[in-house]
Amino acid sequence: MEKLKYALFTGCTAKQSTPEQMMSTMAVAEKLGIELVELTEASCCGASHLQDYDDFLSLVLNARNIAYAEKHGLTMVTICNTCQLNTAMTKHRLDNNEELKAKVNEKLAEVGLEYKGTSAVTHFLYAIIDDFGLDKLKEMVVTPLSQFNIAPFYGCHNIRPSELQNETHKTAENPYNPTSLDDLIIACGGETVDYEEKNKCCGFHVELQAPHTAAVLTGNAIAGAMDGNADWMVTPCPLCHLKLDTQTAHASEAIGREVELPVLHMQQMVGLALGCTPAELGLNHHLAKVDFV
Amino acid sequence: MSTEHKITTQKVNFKVFRFNADEDYLPYYETYDMEVTSEEVVLDILNRIKWDHDGSFSYRRSCRHGICGTCAIKVNGRSTLACKESMNDMVALFGNELVIEPLSKKRAVKDMIIDKGDFWEKHAAVTPYLVADIDENPESENLVSPEDAEKLDEADLCIQCGACHYACPAVEINEDFFGPAAFAAAYRFSADVRDNATSRLKDVNEEKQGVWDCVKCFECAEACPKEINPIEKITKLHQMAFQEGIAKNNVAVRHAVGFKKSIVKNGVLDEGGLVLYSEGPAIVKHIPVAFKMFTKGKIVPPWGITKSQNLDEIQKLVKSSSTVKF
Repeated sequence: MEKLKYALFTGCTAKQSTPEQMMSTMAVAEKLGIELVELTEASCCGASHLQDYDDFLSLVLNARNIAYAEKHGLTMVTICNTCQLNTAMTKHRLDNNEELKAKVNEKLAEVGLEYKGTSAVTHFLYAIIDDFGLDKLKEMVVTPLSQFNIAPFYGCHNIRPSELQNETHKTAENPYNPTSLDDLIIACGGETVDYEEKNKCCGFHVELQAPHTAAVLTGNAIAGAMDGNADWMVTPCPLCHLKLDTQTAHASEAIGREVELPVLHMQQMVGLALGCTPAELGLNHHLAKVDFV
Repeated sequence: MSTEHKITTQKVNFKVFRFNADEDYLPYYETYDMEVTSEEVVLDILNRIKWDHDGSFSYRRSCRHGICGTCAIKVNGRSTLACKESMNDMVALFGNELVIEPLSKKRAVKDMIIDKGDFWEKHAAVTPYLVADIDENPESENLVSPEDAEKLDEADLCIQCGACHYACPAVEINEDFFGPAAFAAAYRFSADVRDNATSRLKDVNEEKQGVWDCVKCFECAEACPKEINPIEKITKLHQMAFQEGIAKNNVAVRHAVGFKKSIVKNGVLDEGGLVLYSEGPAIVKHIPVAFKMFTKGKIVPPWGITKSQNLDEIQKLVKSSSTVKF
């Protein structure tokens, strides 16, 4: 197989509040022999909030990010569900509306760029599943995670709106019964935990404006995983990770029950199975202690 | 070539939510094994449960054409208009074990029938009608151009079935929150060129009840049987608040605006700076968690942020492409 190569859109959190996510992404890519070219020119995707303020500006900025991936002639890979949503949504809208695409390109031309629509946009989780292949990953596992019950937490923006997501991924996902992360856990040798909240919202996007709603959603998610006998949780989204890992005090208070579990990024889980060291995966950067390694 | 239409059958196990608020202390589930044909819709199954198994089984139904919106229920957690949803599709999605539940278990009155009072109250609260000075005896029709009609973006197709409302996690937690169906209705009339309502847009921008408490989970987009995409209407209501100049200077609004400020400065987000700008002095409440995060290397000071390369391009684009001000 030809070596897989992608343009990496890191998003903002991987460089700030979840440094362990950046470390583990690079460590796993190296183990798998995947080359990642970092898009250092990229801006923030707007995180669905700039989109509430100025729709056109958010389209122009996201189109610019994709244009840089196109310049490399590579598929863009994201490591954040919300980056994935906003980038894929921009691509969907521009690819299906010539007039809008022309308007956006008129702006991009001012800085010598053009959005063509030639680069696909996919999340690293789906790059591993669709392009690398779980069978091949399975063969590379050196430390099967067989003694662990692992609760998958999918994160909204990778599975909804399903119409957009299934246009982007080769593996069709049922948003009411998603399987990709479960399949990844199984490939790493772990036991998956089935629980009601696995495809639900973590509350991240209303953390500031509706703290109670946000805290209840986080609490319910961790409680669901705990009731399913999970040893730890795993998520492909750094925003979900921030909620589940750092907001347990508020979450516990909101639902009237102490909740806390170690929460791993999907890359950290794969890294453990592939024999990366805890230091390489940044397991010391978590608030909910990762004490099982 | 003639294609023969073949009807297939398969065995399906139904686990059905049963509850009678007048008699039962707790709900329970009854199971039914049935042969289901590829021609049937979910409503056929509800009918067969009532007609062949238990005459007391209760559910709402009327038009059987996906228009009246009364028969919405949940199948394996997915909001479904029973008369529109094919059994074949349900089995393809979830396999041969299906769980049939009302839209909201906590609002169940009898089996599939729920008390939809909260839905209607919230619908009524967004002024869901045209407010316009229209001559009662006009000399000609009040025509709306096709371009203007398109601005409604199909929000007028809503049948008030409640599928999105009871799929919304914010509605479940925050009883003041209007919910996606009410917002879609608010958008439908606010986007109408004939409408001059002044209070509607302000009402849907109020804290707790308004659009700013939307968690952005896209459950409503997924649930809507008419493909109205309520969250898209919610996003448009957010944008309208800025376009009409009624956005309030509060934490939610500053949170949206703060992204632009951060992008102009760094290209990427300054996470701490965004929280500070959004919260103002109220940032003190975040200090305990922020301190813990700092000790784990999760907080980068403003001077430590790696700015986007070619930041001048981003700044130029923000200048030339911004469409609103705050």
